[in-house]
Amino acid sequence: MPIDKIFKDDASEEKGERARMASFIGAMAVADLVKSTLGPKGMDKILQSTGRGHSVTVTNDGATILKSLHIDNPAAKVLVDISKVQDDEVGDGTTSVVVLAGELLREAEKLVTSKIHPMTIIAGYRMAAECARDALLKRVIDNKENAEKFRSDLMKIAMTTLCSKILSQDKEHFAEMAVDAVFRLKGSTNLEAIQIIKKPGGSLRDSFLDEGFILDKKIGIGQPKRIENAKILVANTAMDTDKVKIYGARVRVDSMTKVAQIEGAEKEKMKDKVNKILAHGINCFVNRQLIYNFPEELFADAGVLAIEHADFEGIERLGLVTGGEIASTFDNPESVKLGHCKLIEEIMIGEDKLIHFSGVEMGQACSIVLRGASHHVLDEAERSLHDALCVLSQTVNDSRVLLGGGWPEMVMAKEVDELARKTAGKKSHAIEAFSRALVAIPTTIADNAGLDSAELVAQLRAEHHTEGCNAGIDVISGAVGDMEERGIYEAFKVKQAVLLSATEAAEMILRVDEIITCAPRRREDRM
Amino acid sequence: MALAFDEFGRPFIILREQDQKTRLRGIDAQKANIAAGKAVARILRSSLGPKGMDKMLQGPDGDVTISNDGATILEQMDVDNQIAKLMVELSRSQDYEIGDGTTGVVVMAGALLEQAERQLDRGIHPIRIAEGYEMASRVAVEHLERIAQKFEFDVDNYEPLVQTCMTTLSSKIVNRCKRSLAEIAVKAVLAVADLERRDVNLDLIKVEGKVGGKLEDTELIYGILVDKDMSHPQMPKQIEDAHIAILTCPFEPPKPKTKHKVDIDTVEKFETLRKQEQQYFDEMVQKCKDVGATLVICQWGFDDEANHLLMHRNLPAVRWVGGVELELIAIATGGRIVPRFQELTPEKLGKAGMVREKSFGTTKERMLYIEHCANSKAVTIFIRGGNKMMIEETKRSIHDALCVARNLIRNNSIVYGGGAAEITCSLAVDAAADKYPGVEQYAIRAFAEALDSVPMALAENSGLQPIETLSAVKSQQIKENIPFYGIDCNDVGTNDMREQNVFETLIGKQQQILLATQVVKMILKIDDVISNSEY
Repeated sequence: MPIDKIFKDDASEEKGERARMASFIGAMAVADLVKSTLGPKGMDKILQSTGRGHSVTVTNDGATILKSLHIDNPAAKVLVDISKVQDDEVGDGTTSVVVLAGELLREAEKLVTSKIHPMTIIAGYRMAAECARDALLKRVIDNKENAEKFRSDLMKIAMTTLCSKILSQDKEHFAEMAVDAVFRLKGSTNLEAIQIIKKPGGSLRDSFLDEGFILDKKIGIGQPKRIENAKILVANTAMDTDKVKIYGARVRVDSMTKVAQIEGAEKEKMKDKVNKILAHGINCFVNRQLIYNFPEELFADAGVLAIEHADFEGIERLGLVTGGEIASTFDNPESVKLGHCKLIEEIMIGEDKLIHFSGVEMGQACSIVLRGASHHVLDEAERSLHDALCVLSQTVNDSRVLLGGGWPEMVMAKEVDELARKTAGKKSHAIEAFSRALVAIPTTIADNAGLDSAELVAQLRAEHHTEGCNAGIDVISGAVGDMEERGIYEAFKVKQAVLLSATEAAEMILRVDEIITCAPRRREDRM
Repeated sequence: MALAFDEFGRPFIILREQDQKTRLRGIDAQKANIAAGKAVARILRSSLGPKGMDKMLQGPDGDVTISNDGATILEQMDVDNQIAKLMVELSRSQDYEIGDGTTGVVVMAGALLEQAERQLDRGIHPIRIAEGYEMASRVAVEHLERIAQKFEFDVDNYEPLVQTCMTTLSSKIVNRCKRSLAEIAVKAVLAVADLERRDVNLDLIKVEGKVGGKLEDTELIYGILVDKDMSHPQMPKQIEDAHIAILTCPFEPPKPKTKHKVDIDTVEKFETLRKQEQQYFDEMVQKCKDVGATLVICQWGFDDEANHLLMHRNLPAVRWVGGVELELIAIATGGRIVPRFQELTPEKLGKAGMVREKSFGTTKERMLYIEHCANSKAVTIFIRGGNKMMIEETKRSIHDALCVARNLIRNNSIVYGGGAAEITCSLAVDAAADKYPGVEQYAIRAFAEALDSVPMALAENSGLQPIETLSAVKSQQIKENIPFYGIDCNDVGTNDMREQNVFETLIGKQQQILLATQVVKMILKIDDVISNSEY
């Protein structure tokens, strides 16, 4: 008897073992793709976009790599998604989370082939993940009270994060910069306030954190190039033609003279506005929108520095830094809060002129100027620094830290192993598999560094059987070493997020027993 | 193709362009329809129960959904077959009516179709089968009514409700923290429930999700959460004792809707208009200020100048708030939605104890919490989770749990889950069959058989021996004459569903049986399928 097809023409359906196989393979392929970038000796990837110009990105950052991939496998998309979320939430560990999820699935595949039901595996993974988290919680170090120690913790975390990136040569320099910048945020996690300016030229080492604020704009011609004790009005207002917006009015005239009159009135209106602005007693005016020649000239006449077309974020940051409010009306000069700074001057970085505000009051925002040989280097440096900043700002809020270098994984693996021994039933196989997946991370780190991973991990495991051990993989010397002495630290929040979201993703993929792919939407009508 | 001839022997054309259509008639049509219905049911069969598996669906644009919810799976599947569409429709109507048991209803319908096929092979006429099913479903529904128990709870003792919601949630991916989610769902429903009228308006519960954090961070907010931030970055981020003006008019220059033309032809007119404009903005803000508002929530945008004026006058404001959210805010804070500035009065302001802005993660995403509202009849469930698919699935699961809690408040009769209700119905229907003379008797027996397939699928999905388990439970039910024995899916060690606290609502179960029967009847009655072949 003919069974009519239920789906549309191009749709496909995969069932049972085949579906599971398809999702395992897809997920593992993605994990293997980013695997070689893990750890301090991880390699970079070149990504070439298919768009116009075929722009090239060189990166080591898991989230960036995965984001640029065009993936068709639905399970692989889940992994890309968790990496993206990891990036948004904590900023670092984007590679680890994918690698861990991939390893969990690899282990699960083995269990499935030995006839253990996916639901049993999930139950085991859940118990193991819970146990692993407790193991980490027991061993966290919290130095919140001791400010000096906390700072040194942050430094170490920053250096650990940076050492796997392009900045590893100057990691101390950059770590210092990142920690300083994050301390200025005073506990807020809004990284928008840290502006990163990229200027090609010089070397990475020439990068610096600026005390004040740098705006990537030029000073208008004929206006003072240097202002001391500046009073700044930060504004968002139209300084081109100030239209009459009310009642949809429009100008309709019947003679040339009237045109001239209206034009005169318009000019008058603009002049009025400028005068009102000047009445604030300012000597610097920063506007978000364009400033046309006429008002600019008026400002120049009054000896006021006018900066036009600062983008929205620039304005917000400037507001934050100088403590001024962003104004759009100018009728009450006495109540508008003005921004202040000691000195505004034009500075040169490389070949470009920038405006530098120094001696600012609030200092909640700051600028980091990155220098480097090429755009690619700068882009990658920015991503690396962004990772470090994210981790640091999260650590400032949640000050618990852990040792790094594969130490947390070994600690978790040990506890999980013990749990497996205590658990009765088929679940214990899954729990054991979880611990194997955890060990895969130090193994990968060692492999990527060209070390004998089997030997090192075995040594590490032996070391960890003594209580309170600090051993991890020291990639530099290529041996097992004391992580506390080497100063390799990681943030607890990152590790926890890696553990939980990797388990969640693996669980999700494991639960699937059927994949239905709808017919792709036809796009003819748009051609 | 059937052809009719007129008296001269020329063929009539009955169907237009009939050579381009395919047509199935009689028993073939029924068989093909049944096969299609069964195929849909087979897809869902493995998702039933606490140990059911998920389906991964890739949409036409490449987006991925992972779900366990019958209605969602069918909706996203994009089926082409007419009968399959009926099944999709079936699951959807269960979703709208009850909100839970969307998988069960399709599996049930599939089983009924399978049994019908067997009866057709015996040569029983489809209409007789349909009638037999109808009688059987009546018996089953009445039986359910008889064995249903009243379910006692009140606002202070909501533990039983939590237990029921946990049953619903245990088949979903979120069962890791089903306890906390069930509590959230029950508290949310109780907060908005009108216990006197026994009614719950689920529109008052807003389910909002944000990627990040973990599932355990999911929380119930007695108030409203708006995915917006203050219109001006320097406005205060926290307002206590807020008086909220809820506006649907923009802080923008007015544009009368009727056709008009204001021409500027002299300098004086230009001047007056300019002055008017300034004054207008000033007045708008002043009006809000005059009535004592300390927060403005507006459906539309703000002009830059108006924005600054608001900021300047220390009047925090939120712009571009959606219509639905605006209504919820109005309900929660006891305010009125004001369409014109002129109509603002102090009585129309909403009140909230605390309004604060909270930022998440490393991106600059912020959300606005409106809490301690004057009238806490609107609540928000805020879901966090590892990834987008997780959030979506959690949303659907929470929706199911909310529906269950609502149904219990509406009608507190319950039956026992885990297949117990189906097994006892099957027994009752089987016993009733003997009383009916005629061919329908066979159809009624077939119905009883079909009822068995739900517990069977449950047992199968839980990795138990389906036939062995089912027959054991069945004999236990007959022996002790207690309808609470079901399939022990979680391997707890007892078949007594009372002990395991596995219930389902009576209306949900009844609806399942009725809806499934109706659709099957409809499918059985079709004996001719005419469709356009390849276009």
